[in-house]
Amino acid sequence: MASSAEMTQEENNWGGGSRPLGSRYGKLMMWFFLLSDALTFSGFLTAYGLMRFKFESTWPIAENVFTHFPGLEGDQPLLYVALMTFILIMSSVTMVLAVNAGEKMNRKAVTNWMLWTIVGGFIFVGSQAWEWYHFIIGDSGAVETARQEILHIYNEEGERLSFSQVIHGMEEGHASNHGETFTKTEVLSAMKSNESMYLMEPGKAGTAFTHETSVALLEAGDVVQGANMIHNEYGQKQFANFFFFITGFHGFHVFSGVVINFIIFYNVLLGTYERRGHYRMVEKVGLYWHFVDLVWVFVFTFFYLV
Amino acid sequence: MSDQNGTWWIWKVFWILLVITGVEVALGIIKPEFMLTQVIGTSILNILFIVLTLVKAAYIVQIFMHVKFEKKGLKYALYLPTLILIPYLTFILLTEGSYLFR
Repeated sequence: MASSAEMTQEENNWGGGSRPLGSRYGKLMMWFFLLSDALTFSGFLTAYGLMRFKFESTWPIAENVFTHFPGLEGDQPLLYVALMTFILIMSSVTMVLAVNAGEKMNRKAVTNWMLWTIVGGFIFVGSQAWEWYHFIIGDSGAVETARQEILHIYNEEGERLSFSQVIHGMEEGHASNHGETFTKTEVLSAMKSNESMYLMEPGKAGTAFTHETSVALLEAGDVVQGANMIHNEYGQKQFANFFFFITGFHGFHVFSGVVINFIIFYNVLLGTYERRGHYRMVEKVGLYWHFVDLVWVFVFTFFYLV
Repeated sequence: MSDQNGTWWIWKVFWILLVITGVEVALGIIKPEFMLTQVIGTSILNILFIVLTLVKAAYIVQIFMHVKFEKKGLKYALYLPTLILIPYLTFILLTEGSYLFR
């Protein structure tokens, strides 16, 4: 006959009392969700890599695309996205500190660190909106041929020219169009009058065209400024589609993370977890928040560095 | 649960992540000539970026997400699907995707 201790064990097993992985239901479910989400994101990033290999000669080089930094003139490749990465890492750190304080039942510290995490999340989402804005209004402008290929304008020194420089000249014009729009007629007549201007593909080792071919290509094609789902002045339009989709999907995760963080923060303020006797909800939302940071680490590498 | 006291271990990971990101950004801006040598279809620099990314990811998952201190069963439940499925998916997409190039 089984001992009473075994009997209790048996009842607990059937009653759902045992914890085979040393983890509670809520946390396990969060982990399973994160695992499936990780597979989703890796699918997106792999598809991105595939398309990038396919269109290598027209795929934009990220450091020529994201060159703005608030308050600074000229090209600042990678700086802004490095700052965004720093903000997200920082908010991940404040989240661990909140979870850590929760384990010690230190309500005041949890409140404080949760608040900082929410602030960090907001700044990140705002930064992403700023980057999208600059990506959408565009920078230098480009020529889209009749076959929908994107070509950039260069001068004899091999410098990339913006529409502003093409039309107003190197002295008067700006390296960025600053939101000024130009028509095909303006760009075409400026190009015709300057023999040294030619068109080139945007990617690594892209083909360059002669001046005559370039003028003919523009005559048959059109000018594009900025990026959207149909046109993309930076190069292959798939780049813009992937950029909007992947950073958008990640940004949506950050945004929902901020909302969930806020709900938990509000409950901390109300003392819900103090009454419950534990801060496990903070731990669960913390896992989600770290995952968002984790995904960004990969997006940062594959969109901006590689 | 972790048996560490205080919060020094959190800040240690923070500094590691910050330094790695700083190195990545610096290399991304400078792009040293000798690191642009092509090996297995990409440059040494890109391989270094991917390795550094995986190091960062390991720190976030192991320490911040606490997996290092979980039971063996949970560790396997999380690591095996990720480490098998993701390289498999990547491999299939990139090799079978070569049909798109025709």
